[in-house]
Amino acid sequence: MEFTRRETLALGAGAALMTVLPFRASAAAAEDVINEFTGGAAVADAGIDLTAPEIAENGNTVPVSVSAEGATSILLLATGNPTPGVATFNFGPLAGAQSASTRIRLAGTQDVVAIAKLADGSFARASKTVKVTIGGCGG
Amino acid sequence: MKFKALTAAVALFAAPMAFAGGADDDNLVINGDLEITTKAAAPQHLDGVLDEVISGWHFRSDETQALEMDDFDNPGMIFVDQAVDQWNTAEGSEGKSCADCHGAPEDMAGVKAVYPKWNEAAGEVRTLQMQMNDCRTNRMGADAWKYDAGDAINMVALMSSVSRGMPVNVATDGPAAELWQKGKDLYYTRTGQLELSCANCHEDNYGNYIRADHLSQGQINGFPAYRLKNAKLNGVHSRFKGCVRDTRAETYSPGSEEFIALELYVASRGNGLSVEGPSVRN
Amino acid sequence: MASGVKPRVKVPKKAAAGDVITIKSLISHKMESGQRKDGSGNLIPRSIINRFTCDFNGQNVIDVTLEPAISTNPYFEFEAQVPEAGEFKFTWYDDDGDVYEETKSIAV
Repeated sequence: MEFTRRETLALGAGAALMTVLPFRASAAAAEDVINEFTGGAAVADAGIDLTAPEIAENGNTVPVSVSAEGATSILLLATGNPTPGVATFNFGPLAGAQSASTRIRLAGTQDVVAIAKLADGSFARASKTVKVTIGGCGG
Repeated sequence: MKFKALTAAVALFAAPMAFAGGADDDNLVINGDLEITTKAAAPQHLDGVLDEVISGWHFRSDETQALEMDDFDNPGMIFVDQAVDQWNTAEGSEGKSCADCHGAPEDMAGVKAVYPKWNEAAGEVRTLQMQMNDCRTNRMGADAWKYDAGDAINMVALMSSVSRGMPVNVATDGPAAELWQKGKDLYYTRTGQLELSCANCHEDNYGNYIRADHLSQGQINGFPAYRLKNAKLNGVHSRFKGCVRDTRAETYSPGSEEFIALELYVASRGNGLSVEGPSVRN
Repeated sequence: MASGVKPRVKVPKKAAAGDVITIKSLISHKMESGQRKDGSGNLIPRSIINRFTCDFNGQNVIDVTLEPAISTNPYFEFEAQVPEAGEFKFTWYDDDGDVYEETKSIAV
């Protein structure tokens, strides 16, 4: 089978779209989850800290910390995973600080996003790009 | 021209700094008080080959290194906990547990450091797992554990954990010498379609990158190793198998004579480093 | 996943009333994501710990909802106030309905 130049270009574009789409879909899914959490309210950029390594040695176990003073809850998302949800931390009356650390799975290089619901009902967002490296010969 | 040559020379010097995945200079102290020797003068049999032996811990990122610096943060210690339960559980026709003969796991401190070891009565070099299975089948009347499988590897991790900080001191001479030589020969034998020996990566190229990963010296003082990659404890023989497979070769099996020989030889390359397992690696 | 699940928690044995302490928790669990396929290409069903809670003398410290993106052997580190002597209660909820519990006392 032979392709004309135009057909080849169209195929290429299709392939490019295919590669981009899953990420798009996941990012859109992440926005949906965020909207559900915030009820569509405005989200500020300050008031929350998100700590994650710039480069993760292995996507299977990536240490992540979130902290937002006075928050009632913090939503943690991995925007490039097949499903964006990671965890929701709800802080009770005896929380010593509105902070928590855990270890998460990242399917590849992507943005990790944390959204805090603050005591006054407003929302704050932080995000960090984590590069996930491929392994050695074993992958 | 002169300037250009100088720039080139600087670039040559700078390049390894910028791109090499070499060993770092951090210190490994576990739980704030257990000092681990992670760099040591190479044992005599490595004269002319290596000056210094370096634990794989130094080739990992700060985040991965930190996981090993506290027993609570180290996921490998979950399996040590499970092995403690196993240690105290009576099994087999004799109704005996490990504890019935050996006391507390801590009483076994130092054992891991000298294995694999020649067993005079059996007339063979034994790995720790072989010795455990001898106990299980002959003294307890229980089934032998499958090599590198869960129960066995957990118990090796427990034995290792109580020897942490003690120097690896595997005998290479006397009756063990023959198998040690066989292990050494295997270490330098190229295998697979890629025609790579252990030495090609772990002796000639440690500190360099292999894709995005750092090549270590392939020391096994930290085994069993909890790998982030498969989130479980990995035995030495299973790791050997993975390496040989990656050279695109048919591999030997965990527990085979070849891997016993290789374990003896590779362990002896780390003589002087501390027993470090269960370690945390990529 | 009812077998081989072992919770571990690290809580200081003593604190002064009103202190804020750091707590670490770890439980051995595969956290099967529901995204992986087995050798014959069939999807392995999801089986995770979906909730973790910590309470002190009946009052909540933290209540976490876990998704499949939490790593194998889930680990959490967080801070708690200690208003008085008492008992921390930790609870992990498994997809299969199992509940794992652990308690730790603290003196002031």
